[in-house]
Amino acid sequence: MRKISMREAINEALHIAFNSDDRVFMIGEDIAVYGGQLRCSYGLVENFGPDRVRDTPISEMAIVGAGVGAALSGKRPIVELSYIDFLGTCFDQVLNQAAKIRYMYGGHVNIPLVIRTQCGAGLGNGAQHSQSLEAILGHIPGIRVVMPSNAYDAKGLLLHAIRDNNPVVFIEHKALYKKRSEVPEEPYEVDYTTDVKKQGNDVTVITYSAMVNNSLQAAEKLLSEDGIDVEVVDVRAIEPLDIQPIIDSVKKTGHAVIVHEACKKGGFGGELAAQVQEFAFDALQSPILRVGAPNVPVPFAVNLENAYVPDVSRIIETVKECLSYERTKV
Amino acid sequence: MDRQTLLNMFRTMVCIREFETEAIELAKSNATRAAIHTYNGQEAIAVGVCAHMTNKDYITSTHRGHGHCLAKGANLEKMFAELLGREEGYCKGKGGSMHIADLSTGNLGANGIVGGGIPLATGAALSVQLSNSKNFVVSFFGDGATNQGSFHESLNLASIWALPVIYVIENNEYGISTKVSKATNIENLADRAAAYGILGMSVDGNDVVKVYDHMALAIDHVRSGKGPVLVEMKTYRLAGHYFGDNQNYRTRQEVDSWKLKDPIVNCEKRLQMEYAVSSETINQIKAEETEKVLDASAKAKLMSEPDVDDLIEDLYDPDFEEITWIPINNQKK
Repeated sequence: MRKISMREAINEALHIAFNSDDRVFMIGEDIAVYGGQLRCSYGLVENFGPDRVRDTPISEMAIVGAGVGAALSGKRPIVELSYIDFLGTCFDQVLNQAAKIRYMYGGHVNIPLVIRTQCGAGLGNGAQHSQSLEAILGHIPGIRVVMPSNAYDAKGLLLHAIRDNNPVVFIEHKALYKKRSEVPEEPYEVDYTTDVKKQGNDVTVITYSAMVNNSLQAAEKLLSEDGIDVEVVDVRAIEPLDIQPIIDSVKKTGHAVIVHEACKKGGFGGELAAQVQEFAFDALQSPILRVGAPNVPVPFAVNLENAYVPDVSRIIETVKECLSYERTKV
Repeated sequence: MDRQTLLNMFRTMVCIREFETEAIELAKSNATRAAIHTYNGQEAIAVGVCAHMTNKDYITSTHRGHGHCLAKGANLEKMFAELLGREEGYCKGKGGSMHIADLSTGNLGANGIVGGGIPLATGAALSVQLSNSKNFVVSFFGDGATNQGSFHESLNLASIWALPVIYVIENNEYGISTKVSKATNIENLADRAAAYGILGMSVDGNDVVKVYDHMALAIDHVRSGKGPVLVEMKTYRLAGHYFGDNQNYRTRQEVDSWKLKDPIVNCEKRLQMEYAVSSETINQIKAEETEKVLDASAKAKLMSEPDVDDLIEDLYDPDFEEITWIPINNQKK
C-alpha cells in the first residue's frame, strides 16, 4: 500500500469531507491560498472555493465563536487554530460556549464543530508555540479531545470527528506531520477507541500522540536488548476515554507506565493512573510510573528542548524501574 | 405604523413586564434560587426588534434575556418552568434563568458570559450567508459587552465578510454598578461602528416605534449585502442589576427621572393620543397579560423536578451524523 505523511492524510480527509457534505466549511488564519500554518489545507480553496475555505483576521475568539455559532445553526464547521497555545485567546468560546451549550440547553441543540490544532515541542518553536494542553481540555465536560499518533489514524479519526455531532478538539502533533505510514486512498473512519499498537506480556505502556512512536521504539529496544516484552497502548481520544483496553492490558501485564509529552504534574497521565488503580488494583505488581516533561515551559535551546521532551531512553529507564520494583519486592 | 402592529407590540411589552414582576415574586420566595436579572425599562428594544423577525431569523441573548426570549415567541410556561428548575422547562432545568434557548423560535440562547453570544451570532450569520438565505441574525448585548474583545473581533469579522447580522447594544447605562461613562470614553457607543467600516446608529431605545423603524432600516441594509449594522439602543435599567441589588451606585432621583420615560407608559400614551385606543382596551390588554402570566407561573410551580438520574444526560449527542464519504476522485460538481 502507498505510504503518505500525516499532513497528506489530513489533507485527504479534509478534501473527502468537503466533497461529501456541503455543510462542511473551514475558517482559520492563512488556511486558503497559503494552506494554513499547519500546511494541511492546501488545495481546498482551489477545489471548493473561497466561500467554504475562508482566511480570517487574527481573531481567535471570533473564529472559534463563529464556528460554534455556525454549528449551532446547522453547519458542520472546521476551525483551524494555528497552535493549541492560542487557546489562551479564545478559551471562553471553548470552555463556556462550545463545551456547555448542549447540556446547558437540555440536550436540545448540537454543536457539530471540529477545532483542528497543532501541539507539541521538538521543533524549536519556543514556549508559546509548543505546548501540550490536552489535560486542560480533557478536564472540561462537553468536548471531545482526539490526538492521532500516525497518518492512518489521523485520516480516519478526522472523518469520524467531522461526523460527530459534538464539539471535537482534534490535536495534531507538529512532529508527526512528516511521518509516513500506509494509508488507503478510499474514505474510512477510525473511531475513538484505545488501540493496542504493539502486543506484549511484561509491561503496559499507555501513551498517545507523538509519544506512541517513542514508546514503540523503546519497546523494540527493550525486547532486543533486555528481552522485555512491552505492550504499547495508544489512547487515541482522551475524551471519550476508552479505558477498557487499558485495564485489560494492565491485568495481563501487571505493570503500567504512562508516557506523554505534557508536563507530568497535572497531566492526563494522572487521570489514567487513577483509573488504572481503580479498575486494575489487584493486578498491579508495581507502582504506576509516569514519563512526562518537567514542570517548566518548553525551552528553546536545542539541548534544553531535547532534555525537556521525553525520549526513548527515559521511557526505557522508567520501564526498567517499574519492573525492578517488582524484583526487589518479590 | 399601523394600529394593530403597535397594539401587538404593546401587548408583548406588557407581557414581558408582567413576567418579570412574577419572576421577582418567585425570587422573593426563593423559588428561583439564583439571581433574576429583570428587563424592566428595556422592553421596547426586544419587542421592536423581534417584531421584524420570523422563526428562521436568529437571535443571541444575554443574562438579562427573558424579554428577548418572550419577544421571540417563547412559551410562558416553559420559561417559568426553567426559572424554577423544572423538567418541563426549556432546558429541562439544566439551564436556569440565564441559559434559555429555543431553536424552534430561532433563539440560539441566552448567555451568562458578557459578550459571549456575540461571536455565536456572527457564526450564525455566516451560516445564513453560506445558505444564501434572506434571513438575518440579531445579537443582543449590553453596554458592558462593548468593552469585551469578543465584540471587537466579531464586528471586524462580520464587516470583512459582510455578514447579515445586526448587533444591538442595549445601553442601559450600567454594567452591574459601573456607569457606562466610567467604562467608555465616548458619548455614543454606535460610534464604534466607524472603526470597523460598518453602519452605526444610536436610537431612543425607550420608544418602541423608533426602535421598530430603525430596525427596518438596519434589516434592509444587511439583506442587501452591505454588511452588519451596529445599533445602539439608549435605555435605562429601571430595576437593579438583579433582584436584591441595593443600588447604592445611583440615586433615587436618577431612577425616577427615567421612570418618566418608561417605554410601556410611553406606548400607552401614544396609543391613546395618536391611535384613539380607549383606556378600557389598554386595561383589558394588561389584565389579559397578567392573567396569562400568573396562570403560566401557577402551572409551572406544579411541574416536577428533573429526575436525578438525568444528571449526566444531555452532555453529548451519542449519535453520529449520517454522511456517506465520497472519494475525492469522484468529485461532486
